[in-house]
Amino acid sequence: MLQCKQLIKRFNVGTPDETVLFDGFSFEAEKGEFVSIIGSNGSGKTTLLNLICGTLPLDGGQILFNGRDITRLSEHKRAATIGRVFQDPQKGTCANLTILENMALADNKKGAYGLAGAVNRRRIDYYRSLLEECGLGLENRLNTLAGSLSGGQRQALALVIANMTDVELLILDEHTAALDPKSSETVMRLTDKLVSEKKITTLMVTHNLRFALEYGSRLVMMHMGRSVIDLRGEDKKNAKIDDLLQTFNEISIECGN
Amino acid sequence: MDIVINLVKAALEQGFTYGVLALGVYITYSILDFPDLSVDGTVPLGATVSAVLILRGMNPWLSCLLAFLAGAAAGGVTGLLHVKLRIRPLLCGILVMTALLSINLVLMMGGTGGLSIASLFNSPTIVDELPASLIPERVGGYALRTLAVTLVLAVVCKLLLDGYLKTKSGLLLRATGSNEQFVTMLARNPGVSKILGLAVGNGFAALAGAILAQKNGSADLQMGQGMVVIGLASVIIGTSVFRGIRRMKDTTKVLLGALIYATCLQVALAFGLPTAWLKMLMAALFVLALVSTDLLDGGLRKTAKGGK
Repeated sequence: MLQCKQLIKRFNVGTPDETVLFDGFSFEAEKGEFVSIIGSNGSGKTTLLNLICGTLPLDGGQILFNGRDITRLSEHKRAATIGRVFQDPQKGTCANLTILENMALADNKKGAYGLAGAVNRRRIDYYRSLLEECGLGLENRLNTLAGSLSGGQRQALALVIANMTDVELLILDEHTAALDPKSSETVMRLTDKLVSEKKITTLMVTHNLRFALEYGSRLVMMHMGRSVIDLRGEDKKNAKIDDLLQTFNEISIECGN
Repeated sequence: MDIVINLVKAALEQGFTYGVLALGVYITYSILDFPDLSVDGTVPLGATVSAVLILRGMNPWLSCLLAFLAGAAAGGVTGLLHVKLRIRPLLCGILVMTALLSINLVLMMGGTGGLSIASLFNSPTIVDELPASLIPERVGGYALRTLAVTLVLAVVCKLLLDGYLKTKSGLLLRATGSNEQFVTMLARNPGVSKILGLAVGNGFAALAGAILAQKNGSADLQMGQGMVVIGLASVIIGTSVFRGIRRMKDTTKVLLGALIYATCLQVALAFGLPTAWLKMLMAALFVLALVSTDLLDGGLRKTAKGGK
């Protein structure tokens, strides 16, 4: 279970541009919950993810994960139990390493990076089976450089890699935003499959309202550092894109957009 | 004929020695994408450490190992400055290079009793001790010991580096240079990888310095000048000249680049270039190496157009 308590986050502190994004924002996600987070630019979606992952420091408040206080833990230490896929497909893999090398590195996440051989040939069949689930034919291209894959293929690979070790929290930061409609559909379906198979607690930020409604078990709309809509279960199932859009427009007009 | 053979021999000896340096620069510049100027200080550091220890009676091979470690320590400092104090790569290199001017001077003066040069002419070196002494002093009229030792050292260093880059630690190093965020998500601190890479890279640079000193028969404090340029030029020449050959390992390309670079310098000297102009030529060759990829591509494009 993820608990964010009374988060405070300011930007440009000490300059005339100082802004307060979160002023005592609290947010919780149950174990196994798949939360879609939507909201306009600057509403705090991505910042929330960055605070949870430790990419940005907090100005106040506390973050607990499975009861453990991780507020002061460095980003890479938190990453031991977190898988993350970014908007930019280039961030999820190493361009100048092959698919096989990328997967071998990720496969070792819980082990030591010592002087043992990096690629364990006996694991290749397992890697192939993971890639087969993407349905993109990547299983036959293990020796291709990740940098020469298309955006959609690379993002699918990033998603598989983020889930290779048993992560307990999956963070998806607009991970379909940079892809064409067909690829984003493929990656989204793959996401749903992986998340529902492993029942990982997942936070997905997206601008795609349809994805937000269709997938996941909970929907949160954020605005100016607060959550303005929070739907679960039946409420979420009955929600319509038009209703969401209307709320979206209302709050946008409110801030003069 | 004799002149040509001696020229080739000198070029190869020099090239293999620069090759060890270039392998180090390859780690920092190509793998980690870190333009590391500390090399100008770690090459003479290695030379000084090795020469002074030999003068104190140490086995020359063991002195090479200690030179490597000294270079690695200096490289580690460059890494720490960058990772812990968040100083830019170029500045870290300049700072360490400057600090090493003092360190090298102190080591040299302390080790030689106040001299600024450590002469090894009456001391054992890797080019005349075992196992090099197994090779006859002259083979068909040519002294080949130095060539054999530099060749073997360069190849061994290359193979060790190739092997390392295939390990988990080596792959993590390559990942660090390619995508730090990826390494962070592997629950590893990319800063640690960077420090390690800079240490190994400068270890190689210092080893090259130790070889250079023993091959030349002396170590002095000026021998670091231009070493960054030699290393970078070798890496860039090698990887751009042979970039079309996909099967060839980068480390092989880098070694060949060092040979090409050393040959250019030796040929220029043989054609009567005054030694005073050597550094000028080194810089000019570097510029040529930097723009050569564009020139080659541009030339090809023109031909393609002309063929229409």
